[in-house]
Amino acid sequence: MTYFVYIAIERKEAILDPQGKAIEHALGSLGFREIENTRVGKLIRLSVDAANPDEARSIAEQASGKLLANPIMESFSVIQVKTEPGLR
Amino acid sequence: MRTRIIVFPGSNCDHDAMHAVRNVLGEPDTEFVWHKEDSIGQDVDLVILPGGFSYGDYLRTGAIARFSPVMKDVIRYANEGGSVLGICNGFQVLCESGLLPGVLIRNESLKFVCKEVYLNVERDDTKFTNQLSHGEVLRIPIAHGEGNFIATDEVLADIEANNQVVFRYADAEGNVTRSANPNGSSNNIAGIISKEGNVLGLMPHPERACEAILGSADGLKIFQSLQRSLITTEHFSTSAL
Repeated sequence: MTYFVYIAIERKEAILDPQGKAIEHALGSLGFREIENTRVGKLIRLSVDAANPDEARSIAEQASGKLLANPIMESFSVIQVKTEPGLR
Repeated sequence: MRTRIIVFPGSNCDHDAMHAVRNVLGEPDTEFVWHKEDSIGQDVDLVILPGGFSYGDYLRTGAIARFSPVMKDVIRYANEGGSVLGICNGFQVLCESGLLPGVLIRNESLKFVCKEVYLNVERDDTKFTNQLSHGEVLRIPIAHGEGNFIATDEVLADIEANNQVVFRYADAEGNVTRSANPNGSSNNIAGIISKEGNVLGLMPHPERACEAILGSADGLKIFQSLQRSLITTEHFSTSAL
């Protein structure tokens, strides 16, 4: 059956994140003084045809390792495997 | 010198490379290869991965182009010792494909930088640089938003230990300084070569600096180096025989 697999991709801490910086500055000017070190990553949803959620997860992890994330500058994590689209 | 220039959707320096090699260098056997092809063809002396914005830089620069059909053959060719030159986006594709170490990320300034820079020549013993001298300073343009070369500390140490840095950003006198670094690249790295010496990637555009009328002809020396090292392989068409 089809599983909706959500993968979060995050840049490593040492890697520059201009979008995160810009958002952080905007939040600061809105008065959110308690927010710092804002980082922007990617959320990718795959529809995976698999026998069970574990298999869907495994296929998504292979895809992430091969293409979706570059291990030199990013890390990835499968955050949800669902039978319906949409994050909880 | 049989040269093949790979064209990805979004390549925009492919014609510049063609002009430099075919018209300025004078190598008529220079053709484009569309990325959907399975093969670069036979008896190729040089493959150029040109500059541009393959696949609109989606996902990461060069990340999707790296899996274009033709890249399988380019990687085979490189692994068999074939000469590959990656310019700008081509350099990014080479890093993504694992033919060169490291990766290119957003410029430290966050700005797209389009200007002439000076490069210090660190290696004159490669097939890409034999017409240059160690310590020579080249004036060549850059035009990129993501040319900031990084690698893990171990990989960076390895690159330096193996003498793989071919060009570093420098001032007009060849001093490798922080202020001469246009994008934040580690160790002012502008171009590196594979350990085997057959794959070179650089962010600056030598193909845009091959004629004095364009402001600099310094880039031509890179193509002349290749011509000199690769000319031993002669190709004749059957009609010529």
